Amino acid sequence: MKIGVPKETYEGEARVAMTPDSALQLQKLGYDCMIETGAGEAAGFSNAMYKDAGVKIAKTGAALWKAVDIVAKVRPPSETEVKRLREGQTLISFFYPGANEQLMELAKDKGANVIAMDMVPRISRAQKMDALSSMANIAGYRAVIEAGNNFGRFFTGQVTAAGKVPPAKVLVVGAGVAGLAAIGTATSLGAITYAFDVRPEVSEQIESMGAEFVFLEFEDTQDSAGSGGYAAPSSPEFREKQLEKFRELAPDMDIVITTALIPNRDAPILWTKDMVEAMKPGSVIVDLAAEKGGNCELTVADEKIVTDNGVTIVGYTDFPSRMAAQSSTLYSTNIRHMMTDLTPEKDGQVVHNMEDDVIRGATVTFEKEITFPPPPPKVQAIAAAPKKETPKELTAEEKRAQEIAAFQQQTKNQVTLLAIGAALVLGVGLIAPASFMQHFIVFVLSVFIGFQVIWTVAHSLHTPLMAVTNAISSIIILGALMQIGSSSVLITILAALGIFMAAVNIFGGFLVTRRMLAMFQKS
Amino acid sequence: MDFGFTIAAYAVAGVLFILSLGGLSGQESAKRAVWYGIAGMAIAVLATLVGPGSGLWLLSIVLIGAGAAVGYQLATRVQMTQMPELVAIMHSLVGLAAVFVGFNAHIEIGRVAAEFAAADLPFPQPEGPLSDAAYTLLGTLSNFGELIGKKTGVEVGILRVELALGIWIGAVTFTGSVVAYGKLSGDSSLLPFKIDTGAKQLPGGHLLNAAAAALSVILLIMYLSGSGGWTLVLLALLAFFIGYHLIMGIGGADMPVVVSMLNSYSGWAAAAIGFSLGNDLLIVVGALVGSSGAILSYIMCKAMNRSFVSVILGGFGGASGEQMAVEGEQVAIDADGVANALTEADSIIIVPGYGMAVAQAQQSVSELTKRLRGQGKDVRFAIHPVAGRLPGHMNVLLAEAKVPYDIVLEMDEINEDFPDTDVVIVIGSNDIVNPAAQDDPNSPIAGMPVLEVWKAKQVFVSKRGQGTGYSGIENPLFFKDNTRMFYGDAKASLDQLLTKIS
Repeated sequence: MKIGVPKETYEGEARVAMTPDSALQLQKLGYDCMIETGAGEAAGFSNAMYKDAGVKIAKTGAALWKAVDIVAKVRPPSETEVKRLREGQTLISFFYPGANEQLMELAKDKGANVIAMDMVPRISRAQKMDALSSMANIAGYRAVIEAGNNFGRFFTGQVTAAGKVPPAKVLVVGAGVAGLAAIGTATSLGAITYAFDVRPEVSEQIESMGAEFVFLEFEDTQDSAGSGGYAAPSSPEFREKQLEKFRELAPDMDIVITTALIPNRDAPILWTKDMVEAMKPGSVIVDLAAEKGGNCELTVADEKIVTDNGVTIVGYTDFPSRMAAQSSTLYSTNIRHMMTDLTPEKDGQVVHNMEDDVIRGATVTFEKEITFPPPPPKVQAIAAAPKKETPKELTAEEKRAQEIAAFQQQTKNQVTLLAIGAALVLGVGLIAPASFMQHFIVFVLSVFIGFQVIWTVAHSLHTPLMAVTNAISSIIILGALMQIGSSSVLITILAALGIFMAAVNIFGGFLVTRRMLAMFQKS
Repeated sequence: MDFGFTIAAYAVAGVLFILSLGGLSGQESAKRAVWYGIAGMAIAVLATLVGPGSGLWLLSIVLIGAGAAVGYQLATRVQMTQMPELVAIMHSLVGLAAVFVGFNAHIEIGRVAAEFAAADLPFPQPEGPLSDAAYTLLGTLSNFGELIGKKTGVEVGILRVELALGIWIGAVTFTGSVVAYGKLSGDSSLLPFKIDTGAKQLPGGHLLNAAAAALSVILLIMYLSGSGGWTLVLLALLAFFIGYHLIMGIGGADMPVVVSMLNSYSGWAAAAIGFSLGNDLLIVVGALVGSSGAILSYIMCKAMNRSFVSVILGGFGGASGEQMAVEGEQVAIDADGVANALTEADSIIIVPGYGMAVAQAQQSVSELTKRLRGQGKDVRFAIHPVAGRLPGHMNVLLAEAKVPYDIVLEMDEINEDFPDTDVVIVIGSNDIVNPAAQDDPNSPIAGMPVLEVWKAKQVFVSKRGQGTGYSGIENPLFFKDNTRMFYGDAKASLDQLLTKIS
């Protein structure tokens, strides 16, 4: 079968869906390749280079559309282009089916099979054809470069003979692929980078790229795993909290790069007018969400503006196109991987397998049917974070009930222990004479006091406690003192030894304790 | 002869001792508490000297003076790092004193019985009021003898049980403490012989202990049925053996539990002797010390997630399977690297262990802390409950080196802070920072609460060499990506580090 790439008709679009390199790979899959003349010119690929790679050159777009079975392009097709489609022909491009329903209808009527590169599901197997990610990566990188271009200072801090330069402070809002790429670029240029995202679980990724995660104290944080790794709209309270944090950061930041997008919605406004006004003159804001209205209130799509207080706001929507050579290489590779999946036999024949998760997900029209939106993929995109056991806020009654239950349990334990203890004491009392019981009561009470007192001893004072108890355990000296007066020589000698040893212990023990305690001091 | 005054003094002393222990609940009140203890002891000794212990009082005072001199020498010379050894060896003195006092009681019973026999009176006295002849005889006896003479048959029986118990516990405490001292000090400098620090047992192991204990019970019964003094001597010898063999089989890492357990024993011994002498103060203090030691042992065991029995029975419980193999290698770092990391770090946690005590590195640690704090960094200490060889060992060492106690935190207080910490310095600890306790169910220390140092951004481990810790377990922490090994003697390493940090 023949695969062809027309020249992009969109104003200013420099990318191309096939490079000489990808053409060689496609030919290995058994396809004949064709390209419209001059299609790769803007991305730096001349007709001659394509010819060397064995690609046929079509004189006009119309001729190409007619000649090939598969059309691959970058931007969504224009109406004219859709009308050129014919039954059984396959179109692979960005399509944004959610926003282009009319085109989808038209393509369906024409009977063409449309594969939307932006609909490739986010599962591990499909990463090699995830064109959104590869374009976002470029956009993130380019955003920092654009910012640097408009920023009058170094990114990195330097101490030079001509004075000290503080490092630039960069805030990246939204840590998706573009955000992470921007973080990586900014940190490698030497800037101090901060990043924010509504999904707290990306903090690790942010930190791994070298930025500091701007932590927001908020209880009800969201877990993005269910929404395919994308952020979901946040609650008004959360938004308020977030804006408050940004307001606090705004005066310190030299460069702000916003990348916050929510699928199929306008971009949320995160950087309001007053924040822009709070920024220092010369600061730069790059709004990667400009196409969807922008995260910054003042953003003008496709334009670079300078506010009254000297803040530059870049609202370009064509960052990938500004790096056409790079983005064409990556995009054409994504296309090539898609073709590999579509050509299991490597015989140049497309097998449009609607059972395949990836192909099914990306296909928006198939055999005169609209197949958008796709069913959820069989493989979960991201392992859902294990549901955290959120301790339920207990109501007052429940708390009370729990307290009562705990109290009852405690009472039960204590009563049991007391009963056992009392039974034991009574048992002893039945046998032992009264004179013994007098001492025994003292003993039992002392043990009890000991238990009560020792639990309160501070952990760090356990060593002094040991030394003190050691010292006072030499109270045994009393016994020896009472015996030394005996008329038996043996008793006197043994008692004398006992007194001596106990005395060593008393003085040694107390002195050591004093030494230790004297050392504890506050800072 | 009533000693009402003595009893009153004992009551005061008892209250003072309780206050003394209770005062240890805080660093500041503890300074007062120790004076309560001293005052209590002084009152108790004085009251005994003028009261029931007035015989040969001059000799008593001379002996106390001599003991004081020796005690003073010991207490002032000892290094803070040697505190565990000191406490252990002092326990042994209490144990031995209890044995002596117990034997004295036995001899006294014999003497009193002989006197009664000579005067043709029955011993023990039958119940009811004493005959005149007995009363006159009692007047000729010493105070203690008089006490015995008044006892009835059952009471003398109980007295024998008590003194035998006192001797037995005292004897176990004595040899146990001596062995513990030997293991803790390593070089046994105060002893004429050397004690191996490893966990060793004679063939037969615990069976031998059990047999000795069973034999002790038989001997006790024989003694009670009147077999004479040799049973008591044999009982003491058996107890000596049990004390020696029991502690010999316990590894050095378990010493905190052992020391507090021996502390507890010495208390129970004193209480038992108190019963036999009819002295309430001995009973009170013995019970206080006994219960305090028991609670400390319990706390220590909990900190190691081990049952008391398994510690006492010696060694670690058998591992139930193959331990996880440790992958990777230990990466070494030099003082420059550590200094750089410290200079860049904002928050630092230092985890000291027994190695710091061995290397006497606490002064260097303190100096390092001072300098780092001087640079405005947040420096804190994380103390594991069983760090060192004695409960609270590390706190005392750090206090000695003038590290303020409010930056020295317990495991529960600081464990959650490790993920936010830039640098953790582990100085001479091993098992208490071993992640295997959490990760590897087959590890011998599985389930033991540990300091989660590996969650910090960077960990430096100051360690003498690549060997394993006291428990002989491989530590996966040393192989982690964020861990760097800073080999060398802890003190030498830190001093080297200090030259690079100003």
